[in-house]
Amino acid sequence: MAKLVAHMRVIAGAVALAFMVAMSAPVLAQQPGMVNPTADAVKEQQLLQQLKTIQGRGTIPDVRSYVLEHPVGRNWQQFHSVTLRWIGGIAIVGMLALLVVFYLARGMVRLESGRSGRKIVRFNGFERLVHWMTATCFIILAITGLNVTFGRPLFASTVGSEAFTTWAEWARICAQLSQLPFTIGVVLIFLMWIGGNIPNAVDVEWFKRGGGIVGHDHPPAYRFNGGQKAIYWIVVLGGGAVAITGYMLMFPFYGTTIDTMQYAQMIHAVVAMLFVAAMLGHIYIGTIGMEGAFEAMGEGTVDVNWAKEHHRLWLEDEVARSPKVREPSPPNNHVETFTQDARLQGRAFYIRGPCELSVSPVGAALAKPR
Amino acid sequence: MARMKFLCDADRCIECNACVTACKNEHDVPWGINRRRVVTLNDGKPGERSVSMACMHCTDAPCAAVCPVSCFYTTADAVVLHSKDLCIGCGYCFYACPFGAPQYPKVGNFGSRGKMDKCTFCAGGPDADGSKEEFEKYGNNRLAEGKLPLCAEMCSTKSLLAGDGDDHCPNLQGTGLEARLWLRGMGLADCVQRVDCDVMRAGLCGVRCTAGSLRRTLEGEENAWRNLLRICA
Repeated sequence: MAKLVAHMRVIAGAVALAFMVAMSAPVLAQQPGMVNPTADAVKEQQLLQQLKTIQGRGTIPDVRSYVLEHPVGRNWQQFHSVTLRWIGGIAIVGMLALLVVFYLARGMVRLESGRSGRKIVRFNGFERLVHWMTATCFIILAITGLNVTFGRPLFASTVGSEAFTTWAEWARICAQLSQLPFTIGVVLIFLMWIGGNIPNAVDVEWFKRGGGIVGHDHPPAYRFNGGQKAIYWIVVLGGGAVAITGYMLMFPFYGTTIDTMQYAQMIHAVVAMLFVAAMLGHIYIGTIGMEGAFEAMGEGTVDVNWAKEHHRLWLEDEVARSPKVREPSPPNNHVETFTQDARLQGRAFYIRGPCELSVSPVGAALAKPR
Repeated sequence: MARMKFLCDADRCIECNACVTACKNEHDVPWGINRRRVVTLNDGKPGERSVSMACMHCTDAPCAAVCPVSCFYTTADAVVLHSKDLCIGCGYCFYACPFGAPQYPKVGNFGSRGKMDKCTFCAGGPDADGSKEEFEKYGNNRLAEGKLPLCAEMCSTKSLLAGDGDDHCPNLQGTGLEARLWLRGMGLADCVQRVDCDVMRAGLCGVRCTAGSLRRTLEGEENAWRNLLRICA
């Protein structure tokens, strides 16, 4: 009996073994075909997505050519062709629309007390020179920069490749000529106006009251109010960012790789788009948005009443600095006021003459009473 | 009407760099530019493979998509070419290209990089075929003479192949890429369309095969290339 059981066990074992072999044979036979082509492709794509760069070794001296594939280029393409156009379009068209709506709703902010006829120096010649140099370069750079992103979809097909590329080539040359004065301008703006642009408690109050243009109010401000300080820092930080990234792009492979250049281009483009939008707001307030504002940068002087409404604390400082400036007199006898007040007469002379003397904080040191 | 593609069989490439040299010589390529290059992966380790790489003449070319002046165009043979008369040297194509094909003659020269240069599949440029201007800007136009790219034609191990990826010739009567692959016993060409080809969104067999070799090399999977072919067949 025990012998039979032992036989049974052997037979059962053999059957089981044979069954297992029989079952596994096709599996073994199919082994090479078991890779699912779809799954394989998925794996391959995953592999390529995980790898930023597939790099090997080469025998030619150019080490950059040792990169076999650089799959992240497509992320940059997506950014350039889709994301950037949306960011730029929304920022710039949105800002323009906002300004149009705002202008229609609010109109030009008028001088509430009219013009006094007496002027006070707000920006001296050097400040205006720097401002307009930077502004001119900015406009050139903005137009040529926008052309790189939006020119092709908007105009290239209309004007034709030849004409468009001629324009684009000139645009590139103009941009490259403008970049250095722009950078110098940003640095000078930073140094020149840093004193008046440190945020303080007055700005908090100013913003709370909606500034001079959103709220129908005249919150006190020193030489630069909260909004102007914001513009200052946008110019300094934004201008600094576009300048640095711009130079990175101008000098390829000087401490950069394709990756860093891609990032530099992305930062450059996004900051530039937002910068353009911010400057549209700045241009609006400086021109049609506010009566008497353009004179500050145009002629360098503002009406005393304008200063009183928009920069009361600054005017008070200026008055304190030169005690003979008193309450503005009515416009009809301002000539007499000028002649009566030797100090003011002196100022009027300086305004019309050479601009080396002024009462602005930067120029104040120079404006020693005679 | 064709769809011209390069294919490099990493199993056959012996890293002799003759394709690199031949290309430079054939087209008088400017100093500092290598339209074609050989990259060795896993150098000195088991599974070392070399791949000859140039412009892949993508069907959906990223360079053409990002060019701000539309200087790229695709020929009837699906070769991606560009006009040096239109190029403004902005460098966008070279940020976007995954293969490092676009290059500039003057890197780091204060923003004026010169006109972009890249592999033309020996098909010249927009100037008149075989003209002096065409040669000076883009090199020889071998395709117009009925010849295939020199790099592939003179490859000593026939690792690098060039030809029409759409040339269907099951009876081995064609002379295109597919026929030559069939002759090599690969049976690959048809798989190109069947397998998911959108590596780099390029949809091209050159990339596919390069990527296949790569994958094998990177994973250390010995038979992946053969498996790939078997799956595809």
